[in-house]
Amino acid sequence: MANRRQSVALGILLAPVTLFLGVFFLLPLGIIALFSVLTPGLYGGVEWAFYHWNYGRIFGWADGIIEIYEPIYLQILLRSLSFAALTVILTLILCYPVAFWVSRLSERWRLVFMFLITLPFFSSLIVRLYAWLLILKPSGLLNAALLALGIVDVPLEILYTPTAVVLGMVYVMVPFMFLPLYSAVDNLDRSQIEASLDLGANRVQTFVKVVLPQTLPGIMGGAVIVFIPSVGNFVVPDVLGGAKGLMIGNLVEQQFLSSRNWPFGSALSMIIMAVVLTVLLISVTRARKAGGHA
Amino acid sequence: MAPLLEIREARRSFVTPEGGRLAALDGVNLDVGANEFVTLLGPSGCGKTTLLRAISGFESLDSGTMRLDGADLTALPPFRRPVNTVFQSYALFGHMSVARNVGYALEVAGVARATREAQVAEVLEKVGLAGMGARRPGQLSGGQRQRVALARSIIAKPRLLLLDEPLSALDRNLRQQMQLELKSLQHALGIAFIFVTHDQEEALTMSDRIVVMRSGQIEQIGTPREIYRHPRNRFVAEFIGETNLFPVTIDRVEGAEALARTAEGVEMRLPGKDRRPGEQVTAILRPADFTLGGAGIPGRVTRAVYLGSDLYLFVQPLAGGPEIRVIARDGAGFDEGAAVHLAHDPARVHVLEAA
Repeated sequence: MANRRQSVALGILLAPVTLFLGVFFLLPLGIIALFSVLTPGLYGGVEWAFYHWNYGRIFGWADGIIEIYEPIYLQILLRSLSFAALTVILTLILCYPVAFWVSRLSERWRLVFMFLITLPFFSSLIVRLYAWLLILKPSGLLNAALLALGIVDVPLEILYTPTAVVLGMVYVMVPFMFLPLYSAVDNLDRSQIEASLDLGANRVQTFVKVVLPQTLPGIMGGAVIVFIPSVGNFVVPDVLGGAKGLMIGNLVEQQFLSSRNWPFGSALSMIIMAVVLTVLLISVTRARKAGGHA
Repeated sequence: MAPLLEIREARRSFVTPEGGRLAALDGVNLDVGANEFVTLLGPSGCGKTTLLRAISGFESLDSGTMRLDGADLTALPPFRRPVNTVFQSYALFGHMSVARNVGYALEVAGVARATREAQVAEVLEKVGLAGMGARRPGQLSGGQRQRVALARSIIAKPRLLLLDEPLSALDRNLRQQMQLELKSLQHALGIAFIFVTHDQEEALTMSDRIVVMRSGQIEQIGTPREIYRHPRNRFVAEFIGETNLFPVTIDRVEGAEALARTAEGVEMRLPGKDRRPGEQVTAILRPADFTLGGAGIPGRVTRAVYLGSDLYLFVQPLAGGPEIRVIARDGAGFDEGAAVHLAHDPARVHVLEAA
C-alpha cells in the first residue's frame, strides 16, 4: 500500500517536468528531425515530400549532383569542432591553477571570488561581446596599448578573425569550466597529496598519479559543459568573427532566417546533435574506463 | 651507539587568528633509537602532531636541528626523507586498487612490476590482507583500510615509521587488537615507530618509551612504568591514568616511613627517605593502590560504579577534602553510604617535591 501511494505521489511530482520537457523539448526536436528529411519550400517552410539531399549537401553533394563535390559545410563543421576543442583546452588551462588558488583562500575571499566569477551572468552577453569588439578593433584598447608601448608598429588585425572568435568563446565559457573544476579541486583530499609525497613521489608524480585522476571528473564535466554550447555557438562568431570565423551555428541561423531553407537548417541541427552526442558518449565511457581500471 | 633520530631545540610557532603567536614546539629535544617504539602523548594542541609533521617534512622548523642517521633532515622535502607516515584519515588513494595503493612507494621509485607485485603480496600477507589486492579502498571496512595504510607505509622499508593517531577511528575491540598487532609488527620489522596519540591507555600498552607533551614542551620522557609510577609533575600524574593527589605536610619521620597529613587532617604514610618534618609535598596514589580494610583513612562511599570484576568507588574522607577514587574487587558489599577504611602501602606512594 505504502509503495503504491509513494509511486502515485512520485508520479504527481514528476508530471510537470515531464509535461514541460515533452511539449517544449521533445516535440520541437521531433519537428526538426521530420523537417530535416522534407523538401524546402520556395519561400521558407517545407513541402511535405521526402527529400534526403539535405544531408547529402552537408557532406558535399548538393541536391543529388554527385559530380560536384564541395565539402564547404563539412569544413565549417570541422572548424566549429576545432574552435570548440580549442575553447575547452584554453579554458581548462586558465581555470585549473585558479581553482587551486581559490580553494586555498579563506572562506570570505572565496565567496568574493565566487561572486566575481558569476558576475558576467548578471549582464547581457551581447553587451559584453560588444565590449570585446571595442577592445579588439584596430583602433581599440588593445591596439592602442600595444602601439603606445611600442610592441607593434601597425595595429594587429584581430577582430573578425578566428582568433577573435576563440578569444570571445573562451571569455564566455570560463565560468562554465571554472565551477565544476573548482568543485572537484575543492573536494580533493589534501591528505592524499601528502601521502603521495610521503611515499616518495615528487611533485610531478603526485600531480599525474593523484591530483589529476582525482580531479578528472571535474575536468570531464567542465569540458562537456564548455564543448557542447561552443560547437553550436552563433552569437560570438556573429559579433566577433568575419567570414573566416563563421561557425555551424551561424549557418543554422542563416538557413532559418535569411536563406529560408528550413529543411537544410534542420539537417545541420541534427548533425550538430549527432556529433555532440557522440563526443559525450565517448567521453563518458572513457571516463568510466579510466575510473574503473586506473 | 648514536640514536636513529636526533632532534635538538626544535622550535616552531604559528600566528593565531587573534594575531598572537602560539608556540607549537618550544625547544623540543628528543632521541629515538633504532627499533624503538616511542609514543608522543598529550592533550590536543600540545604540539605532538606538529612534531610528527616536522619529522615527515610537512611542517618546517623555525629553528633547531633534526638528524636521521646523522644526516640533516631539515632541508629535505617530504619525498626525499626515508620516513613514512600512517595518516589519521588513512589518506588511501580512492581511485587505485588496494594493491596499487600498497605498491605506490615502489611504483614511484621505478621498481619493476614483477618485483613490485611480489613485495605487495608479501606485505599484504603480513598485515592479514592476503588476496584483497584487487579491491578498492571504498570496498573495505575501517579496520581493513587501516591495514592497507599500514602496508603502504612499510613496503619501502623506511628507517622510521610515523603514526598519526591511526587507531582513533576504530571501535574499542578492534583498537585493542590493533595495538597488540602493531607492537608485534614493529618487533618483526625492526623499524622505529613514532606513534602519536592522546589516549594514555594506548600509550601505556604499546610504547617502549612515552614522551608526554604540553604546550609545545616535553614534560617527561620515560618507560610506561616510569611515567605511570613516577610522574615528574602534577600534569603528567593527572594526564596518565586516574590519580589521587594529596597536598600534605610532613608531620614526623619514623625510619623508612614519614607521617603526613592534609590541611583537612587526612593522615597518610609516605616513604621516609629524604623527608623532613614541616616539609610540604604532594603525595600521589593510584586508585588501585588502596586496600579496603579495618585500618587506614576512614571515609564513606558516595558513589560506586560497577566495572565488571572491579568496583570503582568514590570515597569521601570523614576528615574532609576531595573525594578519593578507589578500585576494589566487586562482591565485597561496598554500597553507597557504606563506611570504609582506606589502607595503603607507604612504598606505593609517589612523592612530588612541590606541594
